[in-house]
Amino acid sequence: MKSKPTFLISSMMPFGVVGRAAIRWICHLGASMIFLLLAVLKILRPKQLIKIIQQVYYIGARTTMIIMLVGLFTGMVLGLQSYHALVKFGAQGALGALVALTLVRELGPVLTAIMIAARAGSAITAEIGIQRISEQIDALDTMRIDPLGYLISPRIIASIISFPLLTTLFDLVGIIGGYVSGVLLLGANAGTYVYRVQASMDMKDVTDGLIKAVVFAVIVSTVSCYQGYFAHMRSDSHGAKAVGLSTTSAVVISCVLILVSDYVVTSLLI
Amino acid sequence: MESPLIEFKDVTKRFGDRSVLERVNLQIYEGQVTTIIGLSGSGKSVLLKHIIGLLKPDEGTILFKGKPLSEMKKSESAAKLAQISYMFQDNALFDSLTVYDNIALPLRETTNLTETEIDKRVTARIEQTELEDAAHKYPSEISGGMQKRAALARALVTDPQIVLFDEPTSGQDPVRKNAILGMIAQYQRKFGFTAILVSHEIPDVYFISNRILALYDRSIVFQGSPEELEIFDHPFKDEVIRSLEGLQNELTGLYSKRQFKVMHQAQLTQSAGGAPYCIAVFSLGDLDLIRRVAGHDAAQVAIRSLGIHIDKHFGAIGGFSTRHRNNEFVTVLPYSDLTEAESILKDFVKNFQERDIHDVWAEIRGQTKAPEPTRPRLSAQADCIDFGVLAGIAQGQPAAHIDSVVDEAKSQQKEIARLRCDGRR
Repeated sequence: MKSKPTFLISSMMPFGVVGRAAIRWICHLGASMIFLLLAVLKILRPKQLIKIIQQVYYIGARTTMIIMLVGLFTGMVLGLQSYHALVKFGAQGALGALVALTLVRELGPVLTAIMIAARAGSAITAEIGIQRISEQIDALDTMRIDPLGYLISPRIIASIISFPLLTTLFDLVGIIGGYVSGVLLLGANAGTYVYRVQASMDMKDVTDGLIKAVVFAVIVSTVSCYQGYFAHMRSDSHGAKAVGLSTTSAVVISCVLILVSDYVVTSLLI
Repeated sequence: MESPLIEFKDVTKRFGDRSVLERVNLQIYEGQVTTIIGLSGSGKSVLLKHIIGLLKPDEGTILFKGKPLSEMKKSESAAKLAQISYMFQDNALFDSLTVYDNIALPLRETTNLTETEIDKRVTARIEQTELEDAAHKYPSEISGGMQKRAALARALVTDPQIVLFDEPTSGQDPVRKNAILGMIAQYQRKFGFTAILVSHEIPDVYFISNRILALYDRSIVFQGSPEELEIFDHPFKDEVIRSLEGLQNELTGLYSKRQFKVMHQAQLTQSAGGAPYCIAVFSLGDLDLIRRVAGHDAAQVAIRSLGIHIDKHFGAIGGFSTRHRNNEFVTVLPYSDLTEAESILKDFVKNFQERDIHDVWAEIRGQTKAPEPTRPRLSAQADCIDFGVLAGIAQGQPAAHIDSVVDEAKSQQKEIARLRCDGRR
């Protein structure tokens, strides 16, 4: 039989583990906020424009195809499911409104952010992580080039530019996808679909969606850059393995934070 | 006495519970090549990273021009950093940038120079480091040696006053290793910067160093010239130097200095019994010309080739040789008085002028014709390099120190062979 103090210690263990994890999370949260703040302060330095344009190309332009593809099929499946649900109530005329509002308010910003996190966010973490472990970031320091200004600031700004643009593209292609499945394949009325899309949305729906896209851009770019930048400080691994784990963490944390912040932002905007 | 440029006072550094540097005291002087030697993992790179500010000491003070780094204002720190370049052990080249862009990076990001001016300076460094054909390739597309040279070019492009080299020759073959060290020495002389090297390439690194710092058991146990290190008596010598220094010189295959001295001592013991001996000193002249026209690798090949020919000739008659300095060889001719030694040297001169110097030249040419794309090719007007070999001889004295005999032989040096581009001998 265990003695009393040993029993007490072992019964408190889970609290200790949870407590330490919570403290670690709070430390990371604070550190990433400072990291973001310092990177933002370094945006206004010379020769940033070219780097920002390059990053808009990598994060934005090169993600276009995958965003269009996901947008198209999301719209199509939304059209398909919604049509069969609405037809039971004889409300198939509301298909356009349902597809458009769902996409513009919720699915567009969220799915776009998740797709960019998976494609560009992981690439950002891996690239910066490799630069860290191969001493390229230390080399910048020795050359008097501020690594935050050189590597991080352009990526955050490029994300803030790219996310709303890609979200808009996702919404547009998604609405077209809904039209393809609802109108062309299932036989809903084309005029009604287009009219309902136009009539159901007001400017606030669009701006709310774009505000979410900007919030997600800040989250994804900060998490991805932070994970890569501090890949060498992981306590669970070193070297290439640390970069791999940081990349996984970046995508997982980004996705979780996108969904959590989606609820928070929606509740504030609604 | 000259005040040090950089000084460590009781510097201690720990990583967790592990102490890497323990009360380290050292001085580095301006305009010199200072080499920090020690075994792998002894904290040499950690020490170097303290100088540039990548790491901060847990205890102790680092002084830069007499002022503690910890008391410097931000502007003073930035000004200090502007004078220093760092060449990383693994080069730390940006793999998403071409060699040209890597070299141009510090100029583009930290200066207001125009693109034309940047191009001029980058192109000059690319030419000096023989990277013309690799300029527009990515680091992953070029060899390790070329990556080293690209990192060297990047370190030198800002015309720094202090350059820190972290294991600049690691992973290189003997020729390339000596070529890189030769390059560092040449640029140090040309630009006058203070060079601080971390290396365990013993003895090659002695040839270019003014001062050696020995890091052993987390502390600096020796500071002084390579010559002073020879007479330094400490466990460091047995455990570190003798383990790193082989019995033979890696480049030339000749005896190491230590082995040479052991053999010379044995010769002295015999000569005390009346057996005479002589010492000959050979030098490869016009080394800078060979470097300039045919490249650093070719210069090292020429040194190696001369060493091999000396060993072949004098080894056959019982002589033994060592590489004394960068382009200088010392040979002991046992059981020979000055007259016999002169006669042996005459035979060597005859053979060397008629045949061997052409072999040396053939090796230089072979190096420049090698398939590696960035090796320099001899231009049409420089299809031949006019270079000479010098030799001097002196009688060994039982009571005299070897260095004084070598100095005497050196003072007797005259040209014994020359490769003439106009066909004359």
